[in-house]
Amino acid sequence: MGDTPLHRDGNWLAGPLSEILAVEPTRAWWRCPTCGMAGPLAQLHVYGPEPGLTARCPGCTRVALRLVKEADHVWLTMGGATGAFRFRTA
Amino acid sequence: MGTFSPGFHGRARGLADKLPPGQYPTESFPVLSAGPTPRVPTETWTFTVTTENGDSRGWTWDEMMALPQEDTVHDIHCVTRWSKFDTPWRGVPVDAFLEDVETAADYAVAVSHGGYTTNLPLEDLLDGKAWVVHTYDGFPLSPEHGGPARLLVPHLYFWKSAKWVRELRLTLEDEPGFWESVGYHNYGDPWREQRTWDD
Repeated sequence: MGDTPLHRDGNWLAGPLSEILAVEPTRAWWRCPTCGMAGPLAQLHVYGPEPGLTARCPGCTRVALRLVKEADHVWLTMGGATGAFRFRTA
Repeated sequence: MGTFSPGFHGRARGLADKLPPGQYPTESFPVLSAGPTPRVPTETWTFTVTTENGDSRGWTWDEMMALPQEDTVHDIHCVTRWSKFDTPWRGVPVDAFLEDVETAADYAVAVSHGGYTTNLPLEDLLDGKAWVVHTYDGFPLSPEHGGPARLLVPHLYFWKSAKWVRELRLTLEDEPGFWESVGYHNYGDPWREQRTWDD
C-alpha cells in the first residue's frame, strides 16, 4: 500500500472545472511559482476526490488548485493557500 | 479519559446511539489523502508548540515517548460519511505538551509535514479530549494513517485529527485550515452534522 500512487492525473479536474469555467479546462496550462515547472492541466497530480480535489505540481508538490464540490456549490482556490471562491452550480 | 477494552462501547450501546446523523459504519480504515504521504523518521521527528508570541517548546521522539502514555479507545467519524467504532490508540494527551506553556490563545492550528493544516478551539485539545498518538491497535502508526504520529481529536470529524502532525501553533484569532478554507465547517461536530460552511 505504501508505494501505491494515491494521485490521479489532471484530467480528473475536467468535469468539476467545466461546471464553473466557460472554456475547456483541459486546454489550460499551469506554471509552478515554486519550481518553475510548466505543463498542461493533465500533468498535475490530483488527490481525492474526497474530501476534495487537491491538484499538486508534479515537480515539487506545491498545491496548484483545490476544489470542493457540494450539492449546490463548488469551492475553488487557484494556487494560494486561502481565499477560496464559492460558485453556485445549481 | 478512561481506558476501555475494545468492544466495550459496542456491547453497551446500540448502533443508533453510536452513529452520528448521515454516517455509516465500516470495519475498514479508509485512507484519504490531499498529497503525497510524508515519510518522517522518528530519529528526526520533532513536535513543537508555538505560542501567539512566537515562543516555542519542542520535543524529540524520545522525549515524547518519555511523557506519560495513555491507551484510549474511540469511535471516529469521517466527513465523507464513514464511522469506525472502538479504534484503539496509544499516545500522549495534548494536555501534557501544553502544561507549562503560557498563552492567552483561544485557538490552535495543527500543522503537518506536507503542509496540511487544521484549526480548532484550544479548549477542544485540552482536558483529555485530544492526543498525539503513535500506535494504532498495538502497532506503530503507519505513514498512510499519519505515522509516525498524528493528532487524535475523536469528538470532531476526523479531518481535524491531522496526520503527520509536527506543530501546534496557538493563535489569538481563528485561522481556517486546509479544508476549512474551502467550504468545510470551521468546527466539525459530527453529532450536529457540521460538514460544510452552511451547516
